[in-house]
Amino acid sequence: MTARVGVVVFPGTNCEQDVAWAVQVLGGTPEMLWHADRSLGGVDAVILAGGFAHGDYLRTGAIARFSPVMEAVADFVASGGPVVGICNGFQILCEAGLLPGALQKNAGLKFRCEAVDLRVETTTTVLTSGAERSQILRIPINHFEGNYVCDDATLKAIQEGDQVVLRYVENPNGSLDDIAGICNEGRNVVGLMPHPERASEAILGSTDGAVLLGSLLASAALAAQR
Amino acid sequence: MKSYEARIEVGHRPGILDPQGGVIERALPALGYASVSHVRVGKSIRLAVEAPDEASARAQVEEMCRKLLANPVIEVFTVEILAADDGR
Repeated sequence: MTARVGVVVFPGTNCEQDVAWAVQVLGGTPEMLWHADRSLGGVDAVILAGGFAHGDYLRTGAIARFSPVMEAVADFVASGGPVVGICNGFQILCEAGLLPGALQKNAGLKFRCEAVDLRVETTTTVLTSGAERSQILRIPINHFEGNYVCDDATLKAIQEGDQVVLRYVENPNGSLDDIAGICNEGRNVVGLMPHPERASEAILGSTDGAVLLGSLLASAALAAQR
Repeated sequence: MKSYEARIEVGHRPGILDPQGGVIERALPALGYASVSHVRVGKSIRLAVEAPDEASARAQVEEMCRKLLANPVIEVFTVEILAADDGR
């Protein structure tokens, strides 16, 4: 039985089909979850896909965190379930308090849409368990608000807690400490600005995202056995 | 219950990079305003709120700010409460 991966769709989400496709290509079974759902339907992992949930009004992710599905996601996180937020999904997880810090406008105020090199900083997370430490992955970014910020105490805590999951080799957006992705203390929630689903097939120009989503599927399969 | 108008300003927390403020600060000297510094760009939100008194109106609005209107990780807010103008 393959891992069932819930892909959360808010009004304004626009990467859910790409994510679902990549999950399927990598051997998982994607299931769309509407933001108004109060249940995750027993999925083994959850991905919050990119886009502009609720139009990104007020702040990115600010309204999305109040969608009914987010209560179910918080319960799933508390039970140890693997959850990944990609781009707008990362912003939503931060607003929801499931990840520390926040994402603000890129330094330089440019929308950055390009492939970038990322360095894997830790492999003890649901998104990087199949990767190697210091491995370089070439994966596209596509965002205006990917500039990670947090206060000094939080930065120290995530550095010392090995919660920086991915760093940019060349910082494209002003992110603190070159952070491209982080995890929570439980290591079952990961947020990242780059889009691994857009680097999961050779035809897309890179398959470097496959090791990340493949890791999530492996985590989901483990969760399914529990 | 009385009607109050709340004027809320949301700005960057001190020390948080404000890219928009930075761009404006670099643009103003091009117009001859070389004396400008410390430009910060924020948001202004206005709303009407029903409450028994001003203190209660302020308490409600500050709670809204903490829960939704501002993100305490990167933003600070100020709230001004005015008696609603009947001519609104």
